[in-house]
Amino acid sequence: MARMKFLCDAERCIECNGCVTACKQENDVPWGVNRRRVVTINDGVPGERSISVACMHCSDAPCMAVCPVDCFYRSEEGVVLHDKDLCIGCGYCFYACPFGAPQFPQAGAFGVRGKMDKCTFCAGGPEPDNSEAEYKKYGRNRLAEGKLPACAEMCSTKALLGGDGDTIAEIYRQRATTRGKGSEVWGWSTAYGRPEAPTPPAAAPGGKS
Amino acid sequence: MISRLMRLMAVVSGAMAALMLAGCGERPQVIDYKQGKYQGKPDEPPYMAAPFNGNKDQWERDIRNRTQSQNEYRRIGS
Repeated sequence: MARMKFLCDAERCIECNGCVTACKQENDVPWGVNRRRVVTINDGVPGERSISVACMHCSDAPCMAVCPVDCFYRSEEGVVLHDKDLCIGCGYCFYACPFGAPQFPQAGAFGVRGKMDKCTFCAGGPEPDNSEAEYKKYGRNRLAEGKLPACAEMCSTKALLGGDGDTIAEIYRQRATTRGKGSEVWGWSTAYGRPEAPTPPAAAPGGKS
Repeated sequence: MISRLMRLMAVVSGAMAALMLAGCGERPQVIDYKQGKYQGKPDEPPYMAAPFNGNKDQWERDIRNRTQSQNEYRRIGS
């Protein structure tokens, strides 16, 4: 098994935030922490694009490089995880991460920093797999159940793909070559009609519209 | 009598001094960090626990099938 990765197809993402909700629900993510979020570019402008962003489980993760207490590790499957018992909540990883993945729970009126929380690729943490301690600290370990992250599996349009990097890249490649580009994109004519297509006949009076 | 009392006081003060000195013993209060190496608890691979119980091949097969279920060209057919 190669490295576990996420891939978001901007052509398919409809900004439904289903992935965000699935992540929150599956991992019991506390209020104020978003392990995943949907970013929209040119929001409201024709041609806007949305992508779902979380920890990208970098092969050369900057968060690992800057952590002063070395609480990060990379699992055999290439998932970047951390030990919350070691984390001191300094926030260096947040500054280093280009995706803004590390999150810090706010506690109290003054927003005291807590231990860092981030996407675990639904792989839990260094506690025993599927234990209560693991669930409380890191959320559910779906990988140990033979499942993929909840966000990717819940995605209604399958815009967000998760799994072995080579496999999802192949799925994306097949999609991109099948659907074409621009107005050739699958579903475009269904949604907006072809300019050359004849106008549909008007519904007969009394008929179903 | 006085000499016995003196001896007792000396023993008590000696014991007290030893007890107080024990408090000064310096033990490392922090983890000995090694630069660039993970310092936390070890994590076991996802296929070690139930339901896979160490069967890596089965786990990989399951994950591969789950990954392919995201491909509707294969799931539904093109």
